[in-house]
Amino acid sequence: MSDTLTPVLTDNWDTERAWTLASYEERGGYAALDKAFAMAPDDVINAVKESGLRGRGGAGFPTGMKWGFIPQDNPKPKYLVVNADESEPGTCKDIPLMMASPHTLVEGVIVSSYAIRANTAFIYVRGEVLHVIRRLQRAVQEAYLAGHLGKNIHGSGYDLDLIVHAGAGAYICGEETALLEGLEGRRGQPRLRPPFPAVAGLYASPTVINNVESIASVPSIIVNGPSWFAGMGTEKSNGYGIFSLSGHVSTPGQYEAPLGITLRELIDLAGGMREGHELKFWTPGGSSTPLLTPEHLDVPLDFESVGAAGSMLGTRALQLFDETTCVVRAVLRWTEFYKHESCGKCTPCREGTWWLVQTLAKLEKGEGSEADLDLLLDQCDNILGRSFCALGDGATSPISSSIQHFRDEYLAHLTHGGCPFDPAASTAFSPVGAEA
Amino acid sequence: MTTTDKAPDKVDTDLVTLTIDGVQVSVPKDTLVIRAAEQVGVQIPRFCDHPLLDPVGACRQCLVDIPDAGNGRGFPKPQASCTLPVAEGMVVNTQATSEVADKAQQGVMEFLLVNHPLDCPVCDKGGECPLQNQAMSNGRGESRFAEGGGIKRTFPKPINISAQVLLDRERCVLCARCTRFSEQIAGDPFIALAERGALQQVAIYEREPYESYFSGNAIQICPVGALTSADYRFRSRPFDLVSTPGVAEHDACGAAIRVDHRRGKVMRRLAGNDAAVNEEWISDKDRFAFRYATTEDRITYPQVRETLPTGERGELRPASWPEAFAVAARGLRAAGAGAVLTGGRVTAEDAYAYAKFARVALDTNDVDFRARPHSAEEASFLASQVALSGGVTYDDLEAAPVVVLLGLEPEDEAATIFLRLRKAAKRGRTQVVSVAPFTSRGLRKMQGRLVATAPGAEVEAIGSLKDAEHGVTKDAVILVGERLAGTHGALSAAVELARTTGARLAWVPRRAGDRGAVEAGALPNLLPGGRPVTEASARVDVAAAWGVDQVPAKVGRDGNAIVAALAKGDLGGVVVGGVDPDDTGDPAAFRAALDAAGFVVSLELRETDVTRAADVVLPVAPVTDKAGTFVTWDARTRAFDAVFTNPASLPDLRILAGIADELGRPLGFRTVSEVRGEMQALGPWDGARAELDAGKAPRAAKAPKGEHPMALATWKQLVDLGAMQDGEEHLRATARTPVARLSRASYDAVLASSDTSLDGAGEQQLVTVTGDRGSLTLPAVVADLPDDVVWVPTRSVGRGVLAELASPGSPVTVKGASR
Amino acid sequence: MSTPAKLDEKTWGELREIAARYPEARSGLLPMLHLVQSVEGRVTPEGIEACAEILGISAAEVNGVATFYTMYKRKPVGDYHVGVCTNTLCAVMGGDLIFERLKEHLDVGNDETTPEEDGRRSITLEHIECNAACDYAPVMMVNWEFMDNQTPESAVQVVDDLRAGAEVTSTRGPRLCTWREAERVLAGFPDDRADEGPTAGPASLAGLAIARENGWTSGADAGSDKGESK
Repeated sequence: MSDTLTPVLTDNWDTERAWTLASYEERGGYAALDKAFAMAPDDVINAVKESGLRGRGGAGFPTGMKWGFIPQDNPKPKYLVVNADESEPGTCKDIPLMMASPHTLVEGVIVSSYAIRANTAFIYVRGEVLHVIRRLQRAVQEAYLAGHLGKNIHGSGYDLDLIVHAGAGAYICGEETALLEGLEGRRGQPRLRPPFPAVAGLYASPTVINNVESIASVPSIIVNGPSWFAGMGTEKSNGYGIFSLSGHVSTPGQYEAPLGITLRELIDLAGGMREGHELKFWTPGGSSTPLLTPEHLDVPLDFESVGAAGSMLGTRALQLFDETTCVVRAVLRWTEFYKHESCGKCTPCREGTWWLVQTLAKLEKGEGSEADLDLLLDQCDNILGRSFCALGDGATSPISSSIQHFRDEYLAHLTHGGCPFDPAASTAFSPVGAEA
Repeated sequence: MTTTDKAPDKVDTDLVTLTIDGVQVSVPKDTLVIRAAEQVGVQIPRFCDHPLLDPVGACRQCLVDIPDAGNGRGFPKPQASCTLPVAEGMVVNTQATSEVADKAQQGVMEFLLVNHPLDCPVCDKGGECPLQNQAMSNGRGESRFAEGGGIKRTFPKPINISAQVLLDRERCVLCARCTRFSEQIAGDPFIALAERGALQQVAIYEREPYESYFSGNAIQICPVGALTSADYRFRSRPFDLVSTPGVAEHDACGAAIRVDHRRGKVMRRLAGNDAAVNEEWISDKDRFAFRYATTEDRITYPQVRETLPTGERGELRPASWPEAFAVAARGLRAAGAGAVLTGGRVTAEDAYAYAKFARVALDTNDVDFRARPHSAEEASFLASQVALSGGVTYDDLEAAPVVVLLGLEPEDEAATIFLRLRKAAKRGRTQVVSVAPFTSRGLRKMQGRLVATAPGAEVEAIGSLKDAEHGVTKDAVILVGERLAGTHGALSAAVELARTTGARLAWVPRRAGDRGAVEAGALPNLLPGGRPVTEASARVDVAAAWGVDQVPAKVGRDGNAIVAALAKGDLGGVVVGGVDPDDTGDPAAFRAALDAAGFVVSLELRETDVTRAADVVLPVAPVTDKAGTFVTWDARTRAFDAVFTNPASLPDLRILAGIADELGRPLGFRTVSEVRGEMQALGPWDGARAELDAGKAPRAAKAPKGEHPMALATWKQLVDLGAMQDGEEHLRATARTPVARLSRASYDAVLASSDTSLDGAGEQQLVTVTGDRGSLTLPAVVADLPDDVVWVPTRSVGRGVLAELASPGSPVTVKGASR
Repeated sequence: MSTPAKLDEKTWGELREIAARYPEARSGLLPMLHLVQSVEGRVTPEGIEACAEILGISAAEVNGVATFYTMYKRKPVGDYHVGVCTNTLCAVMGGDLIFERLKEHLDVGNDETTPEEDGRRSITLEHIECNAACDYAPVMMVNWEFMDNQTPESAVQVVDDLRAGAEVTSTRGPRLCTWREAERVLAGFPDDRADEGPTAGPASLAGLAIARENGWTSGADAGSDKGESK
């Protein structure tokens, strides 16, 4: 039985100057390299397969299996691309990781690239996090100087170049094929699949794209063994993950725990909801995962259980809202986000989000009618599964789920002739005990 | 519509059987569901899908329900049929049988109309608009967005993205057909999607207009009224138009076109669909250049020149057809020996009439269609290699591992070939190799390899292509442009290259009528059907078919010799049909010959320097007023019918028949169909072909004294000052800026020896190129030319290079010039 | 209109240097546009044309990319770019009120810049989307450095200090540089501030602190033991 919290990736974050190579190596950093280099690349892939590690970027696809899709008989170069475009509203785990311990990621990149036989890797990091980019640039530079990157790493005969690539402001680039477009200097619009990136990704070459946390987890699996990793978590959701609590909780922050921990446990650890208030609704994994309510407090936060509860584990971005929060306002704002971030490629997402915002804005102002709720649901039905990529699907999640759970609150806007909530009451700086 | 996106080379096709709307159908593997559905008669609505563009799946209009993907499992959500390949055992339910598909399509249609202005009553596309049509067939009756008081995004109304193309961003449904066409097919990505989300729009870069030779195709494939042409905007309604299929007359490619007309007037031309030739694309010249036939200076009645009481030449005056025929016949008879010069623009039937007129009515082989620089070697090449040849097709270009271009710049001179070669090169199967002075934009777009060659050095360059590194094998195709005749020995070298490598060779002339004229015998050494004049049995053949005692046995004068003989007085009369003096090898000499000639008969569409010098002017029918045939570079006979019935508009052959009658030497036909019948009856020559004889090299032109000479390289750009683009201001405005191209070293040398300096940053240096006929001043551009070569466009400034600079290949001087 | 100033040779060289970092040059376009902004204060036509020329693509294609990503600015940006997160969580936690206060205080609208004044630095104000710091809500970014846990008052203090030219330090990062200097780092030309600022902010350490208190671990060969286990 694992401990309640299992710091691995966060374990060195309270170390002085943890971002430096000296600090990282002092704690045994880069030990995974020699261990991995002593293994055949396929054995590294097998270890990751055995660990049961599933993608930490939201979709939960088995990482080892993804690596196994790379056709090694393809003569083209292979590439590893780290998706560090963390932009899903509520998601805030990769950024502090790269800020505090960029070498954890760099070490993961080296081992992962070795496994898939890539000699060039990229970290595509969103551009809006300057200091994180500085620390990544510095870490890569240090790693080159220390011989962890470059030619003949640790005398293994293996070569790897790692390029830190700053994005420029586009949520859609978190979608892996849009990210590749961005990395190729194009508009970040998703590509048609097939071909899948494993076959024809970056520069039409076999490419693995993994989330920061997935790659950063790899060295711990190599060093401690797959069974150590698989020993944590639930049956089909193995290992640990960073759970990010934000919003109306006493101690928001990062909590690294085995998958399957419940929100009730996490809120308890975080000192409860802010004083005098209670949980009203929450997202399990960012704004694109359908809203849940207090009735879901005991759902194990693993891929299967959250799915069974009608939502998705996503990025474990637990945004907690108390009763001072207007769900219509919250949903409208998220919808405006999707409209702003829609890439424009496909009709349902591009035009649908444009229309959804107008319908929601009307309701939020207390205009419109109950029939507009059905219209919203029908619009969502016409977007969900019809759009080119998951962004359109994500846009419908908050709307459909909020109407499901809070239909009365929408209607209250109509009877009240506008929003019945005081926006000041929900702020972090509101007087304690402010009422809705 | 094509059923598959597969290459034309035949592969054993694996068939896949699936069920669409309950109907079983077998289609080739990899067929997309949307096209498989067409096989069972189901039209799935679509916008972004286009069979000749890569699938993109953007508009989502073509969603269908797939209850079984062929593996026993269905897709939980509707799938885009434009990106989904068929699978064995797949079950597809379209809007015809599935409520899920129908609702999905209605939902997408409703979204598409959210931001569409619905301004169909004032939209050019109204009546032929896929959005309008599919909204009616696959959309909802009313808009919930409008009912709910929705606010549309708006943009300022249409903006010019080139002088020709206008963009209305409000109407655009962002299917990206236009941008994909420009990038994938034309290679001119000067329009691209910009911004994002609902504000996404098609855009040019502010300082770089959408100047592509193929921009009109983007307009044609736009499924809404977002792209329109300045030429056609607000001109007519599709339901008022009558459409007639035609063949483009601007080059030797034979592109299929559709002529849309109303009350005797051509309103627009569109690309026709011919998978074996132009697929669904045409150049902007083929699309937009048609008003030349209706300009102010169009000749509408016969004219004869008055003779003043003093016996001097007077003015032209109107005449009746019978009078004009009689005057022409009388004049030609009185002038003594006569000749025929006809441009390469006439139809094969008309060319045949000219060829026969020369032999029967004027009793001479002095006939030549080559109203351009030409040589004796070329005449021999045409007779021995080109006439009756065939077999190389567009599809062969696509299948060949190597295509060699000799004296041919396809993007400018044979646009349909260019698109085919670019397609082949993009697929990575075909390497284009070009013997040319520099890497043109077109060659770059074909990812072609340049064999940098100075004018005059072609023989050596072609010889070097035998080296294995160039990959010219028996599977290669050698395309020879008409300009290769400019260097003595080059055509022979090309033939030798084909002989030693086994590669196939095809001749690609610039004009629509050129190849037909070869077959029709409008050459001094060739009778109709590829019959050598020198072969007695060939002459007997022809004489028998024509019912005359004999045809002249002596090889005639070519165009150059006819001009010289007229000037010298060895020839007295001349019949000129469709020749622009400024296109000829020596325009001044040509004009002088007309002045010196005893009697000039001009068959023309519009006033020219020939009609002004003529004694009798006979107006001919433009291509819209007559049936005819163009023979393409690949020996395809492209017959077309008259668009309009205009009894006053006579084809050249009818006019020639009228003069011949008056001469008492009737041609035996009066109509196009009679000529066709006669050509058919005569058939091709089955005897021995003439041998290629390069003949003697002409004397090299002398360099101007005391100057550093450069060799003059030149060709005509697609859009230029050619007479058949007159009246098309918008098209002309999209022409490429004329420049002079030099190597870096030559450029530096020119500047070093000139006392001019740049006016300021960003200004282009001007140079003045001077030859024995005059000077041109153009902006200089550095390119990968051999040193001491300067390239200028042939017909983009003034009266052009031939009239006002020098003969191609001859020495010129280049100096810096200031603004 | 006068001919706009051309990019200098150094910039051309650096643009080429960026393109050369990648297996295929066009991959350099995003960082190249960041560099253009660091030199020009926005994406200028000269910058677009330079990128197009170096990469051998059309200016329309560069323009399509430059207008897709929100960090690229068409209008000149001030000395400091202040972004207030108004995505749902930050908005609810006070981001909306902070943004309103700053608009009023600076007398500018969204995506507008305070006027150039003698002795004062200029500020471009914008509301931004989620910046991955939700556990520090409400969040404000200055030149894409974190200013965590803001209030309307603290935000006003920050912009006042910035305008006055005072040194301001990110709550979870270094001393703030100018927007143009920040863009240069994004282009892949690091400054020397990587070692400034803390390892992690307090919220980042919330779970770790509890684990330490309780002695909870992952059971890994963690910490310095790893080195010894070799």
